[in-house]
Amino acid sequence: MSVQNIIERLLSGDRRALARMVTLIENDVPQVQRYLAELHPHTGRAQIIGVTGAPGAGKSTLVTRLVREFRKQGRRVGVVAIDPSSPFSGGAILGDRIRMMELAGDPDVFIRSMASRGSLGGLAASTRDVVHALDAAGYDPIIIETVGTGQAEVEVMRTAQSVLVVVAPGMGDDIQAIKAGILEIADIFVVSKADKPGADQTVAELAMLLSLDSQRRKHAWRIPILRTSALKDQGLVELVNAVQEHQLHLAESGQLGERMQRQGRSELTMLIQQAVARALQTVVSEEEWQAFSEAIARRERDPYSIAQELEARIGLKP
Amino acid sequence: MSNSRPIRVLVAKPGLDGHDRGAKVIARALRDGGMEVIYTGIRQTPEMIVEAAIQEDVDAILMSILSGAHMALFPRIMELLKQNQIDDILVAAGGILPDEDIPAIQAMGIKGCFGPGTPTEQIIRFVQENIKPERLSIEV
Repeated sequence: MSVQNIIERLLSGDRRALARMVTLIENDVPQVQRYLAELHPHTGRAQIIGVTGAPGAGKSTLVTRLVREFRKQGRRVGVVAIDPSSPFSGGAILGDRIRMMELAGDPDVFIRSMASRGSLGGLAASTRDVVHALDAAGYDPIIIETVGTGQAEVEVMRTAQSVLVVVAPGMGDDIQAIKAGILEIADIFVVSKADKPGADQTVAELAMLLSLDSQRRKHAWRIPILRTSALKDQGLVELVNAVQEHQLHLAESGQLGERMQRQGRSELTMLIQQAVARALQTVVSEEEWQAFSEAIARRERDPYSIAQELEARIGLKP
Repeated sequence: MSNSRPIRVLVAKPGLDGHDRGAKVIARALRDGGMEVIYTGIRQTPEMIVEAAIQEDVDAILMSILSGAHMALFPRIMELLKQNQIDDILVAAGGILPDEDIPAIQAMGIKGCFGPGTPTEQIIRFVQENIKPERLSIEV
């Protein structure tokens, strides 16, 4: 596949070209920024939906059912599902496809599993660029399923337009635990496994938490709390409608533009941070890093003046 | 690009048997060997396996089968890989594969056959050594 070739093929909907592009993005090959630059004018069209929640909350099952609803509308759906990498071996078991089995074999559903590769925000470092590639290939909507999250993995809000936080009943005090962090990024709450006892209580607790939110502005989005049951096949139509309403709200209130600008800014900041990190890697050898670290540990030098010295070395200071 | 990118492997269970302990042991061992393993669950059709291999851009497919249907399913899978021009992917099989079938399985292009009791280190090494190097040093 030549450069022009892979881009043309991706844009024309070739799944192999898209899959290879994702691999290139994931591994940050040197040419990839040039490819992404070429794809950029073709992005920004897809609705991007984030699905997050604790391990076992039912994210993969919910994503599967969502995809099924979107397929009924004839839409081509992209899914990016992230699972954690082992901090020891660097390997990963990516098992989200197990629950998405009913979608397998449908060429209009493109599912890509990603390992988090050490990122701590619930996504992999390159997830946003992978979403861009799916967007350019014409998938709409694109659903991002995060790793099982706790309190702090809020990165998905910087990539998705509508964030669904999935909460299973019977987690009791866990709702207390998630009331900071991921609870704050929800655009829609989904109480999954609503056929189980305790669902009403979970809904009530979430409603109570939302009522405490004093930040809510007058015309702000009213965060709905929806119940779904994959077992009884309930609540999915309502959920898809809520997602559509949220997207409409974003567009009409001007927030979609704001969100996209914020995301653009964070993308740019991240690229520059990466460029600085790369520049440092080329001008500072591993031995020198080691020497600096030792000097700091022995209190012979301080990290602040070393940082200034290095900033000067990569041309950030005269 | 560096040659150190993680190897991506699809662990697949074609056919109708529901025993996937072996597949899970392999998936776990490959993960501990530093690979990214996509496990798709039991009862996969050849079409499902090949579509997953396309979308996930895997370097290898390891299939586990205990039902005895391998001589019906493997040729179809290999044919679909070829049709989709992804027959540069390393393919190996494990499970219950009678000795007399092994030459025919290998003739299909399935490079490794691993029966019960194979040490997992052997399978990790097999995958590491048999993936085409041009796959890992991807230049487009």
